[in-house]
Amino acid sequence: MVPIVFAIAAFVAVVFAIVTIAHRSPVINVLSLVVVFFAMAAIFALLGMDFLAAIQIIVYSGAILVLFLFVIMLLNIRSVERLGSGRRMQALLGAVAAAGIGASALIAVSLLTPTSGAVYPGSLETGTVAPIGRALLTTHLFAFEFITLLLVAAIVGAVYLARREHR
Amino acid sequence: MTDIPIPHTWVLALSAALFAIGVLGVLLRRNGIAIFLSLELMLNSANLAFVAFAMTLAAQPGGAEAALSGQLFVFFVIGVAAAEAAVGLALFIALHRLKGTIDVDRVNILRW
Amino acid sequence: MWVELLVIGIKLAVVLAALLTTVPIMVWVERRASALMQDRLGPNRVGPFGLFQPVVDAVKLITKEDLIPANVSRFLFILAPVVALTVALSTFIAVPFGNDSGLELFGHAVRGFIVAPDLNIGILYIFAIASLAVYATVLAGWSSNNKYSLYGGIRASAQTVSYELAMTISVVGVLMASESLHLDQVVAHQSGTWLWVLPRWNVFPQLIGAITFMVAAFAETNRIPFDLPEAEAELVSGYLTEYSSMKYAAFFMGEYVHMTVASALITVLFFGGWTLPWVDLAFAGWLGGLLSIAIFVAKVSFFLFFFVWVRWTLPRFRFDQLMALGWKVMIPLSVLNFLWVGIAMAAGIL
Repeated sequence: MVPIVFAIAAFVAVVFAIVTIAHRSPVINVLSLVVVFFAMAAIFALLGMDFLAAIQIIVYSGAILVLFLFVIMLLNIRSVERLGSGRRMQALLGAVAAAGIGASALIAVSLLTPTSGAVYPGSLETGTVAPIGRALLTTHLFAFEFITLLLVAAIVGAVYLARREHR
Repeated sequence: MTDIPIPHTWVLALSAALFAIGVLGVLLRRNGIAIFLSLELMLNSANLAFVAFAMTLAAQPGGAEAALSGQLFVFFVIGVAAAEAAVGLALFIALHRLKGTIDVDRVNILRW
Repeated sequence: MWVELLVIGIKLAVVLAALLTTVPIMVWVERRASALMQDRLGPNRVGPFGLFQPVVDAVKLITKEDLIPANVSRFLFILAPVVALTVALSTFIAVPFGNDSGLELFGHAVRGFIVAPDLNIGILYIFAIASLAVYATVLAGWSSNNKYSLYGGIRASAQTVSYELAMTISVVGVLMASESLHLDQVVAHQSGTWLWVLPRWNVFPQLIGAITFMVAAFAETNRIPFDLPEAEAELVSGYLTEYSSMKYAAFFMGEYVHMTVASALITVLFFGGWTLPWVDLAFAGWLGGLLSIAIFVAKVSFFLFFFVWVRWTLPRFRFDQLMALGWKVMIPLSVLNFLWVGIAMAAGIL
């Protein structure tokens, strides 16, 4: 049952990832990326990490991609070129490079010993909110506070960069 | 759930495939927003790799702490991606205001 | 395993039927209540007290011409109402609507009057799915190829994203007090009374959080005073301008279902869900379960009426006032509520 769901989610993710990079219209690109993120949240939930799955949907699909959509609508961005048009040599080299990266990653992965049938001693708890919250506020407190600072810096930067020049 | 019958290699293979697709997108598209979307795809494939290893580590005795660290890392990657998306999109808005286009082939004023 | 799926299927069917039946009832309530508030009669010809008006409205909507304008992007135009209705209906699976004391159906434990009893991240799931609701309005506005719709869509996305923050932070106080994200636990925490007089509902110690959540719920469901995205008489019909017949009906149903989910959440989080402190001892077996469902429905109906009441009483916010309220008032207030709950819990009061 679990492998079947994983296979479906993986298939959906790969198909819609290809639509994301290949389709002309930017709005369709963003919407197919929403579907990819949904499939990935499904995989996270399948592996027992429900908090991460919820955060993935809330932050990535529900906020970041809405921001993308907003900017596309604001700037009225249309795309009329097809994938790789006008850059033949670069397209060929790029495809070879990507295929190379993918192939080497797959070879590296297949050299690992698969651990199917792994048993979790007490693993039921590591995906829920309580242990993650505790770890965030004790072991990783510095990183947590620092990322707050990073987000404030990003907000200030974004507001400053996008403002109109008042001459 | 005490037994996850998916080998972590499957998850890593999916992560590799998504990363390769993301790289293709970054190299082949001219539209700035599309390049950015492919970048987000690559970041997500890295998240998937973290999750795969967190899952494996949780199965080993005494690995619960490392598994938690893996999930927290994904949390931080999502946070950093959010910050980067905000600033990047603000840059695109400023660029569009300046040049009228976000076609990256036309943004070449600094070239030799 | 098949019995388990059957039990979940029955619960799901009951929830869906109830949600979709709420829509015609709300149409009637809205029209009659608004009429009575405005000192006129409202629909009273089509049945006793105009009760068949929603039926007639539905027939009208179905038989209208379904027009798709020429220059729209067809796929997005048709996708938007589908997303609106689907998202609104999917949020309800994590909301508990009754008391279960070990009931059994077909030899399998029902495990709570909640469609997904094992979802430990209950409220986070609801927020996740509700955050996808913004796509419906944004896509409707964009795909209609019409400047009024575009304004409506952009306003909707800005408004929804801003008030999502206030909504989420105002709920954190409740979650801290109940020490769990699962809504069954949140309701169970609110049973009983203080000093045999005041029910232990979360609205009393966390009044600011409750008010912030209610205001944010109004903003999320695009109801007056926050209905600029579909402001009639200002933006023609906002993002709904180009929609007719069944697609308009789908949006309409999506909005009422969203309102129902928001009322259900307000009830569960702040007003005790299906508990009523002086009736608690009677909750046993199927009769007790049905009693608790009736109490839940009564509370949700009161909040649905409250939504209608506020709509016909208050004027609409201007867009800059709306954004200023969201960022400069709601978020600081909800953070204040969260601090107050933290201090109270550390001091042992809560």
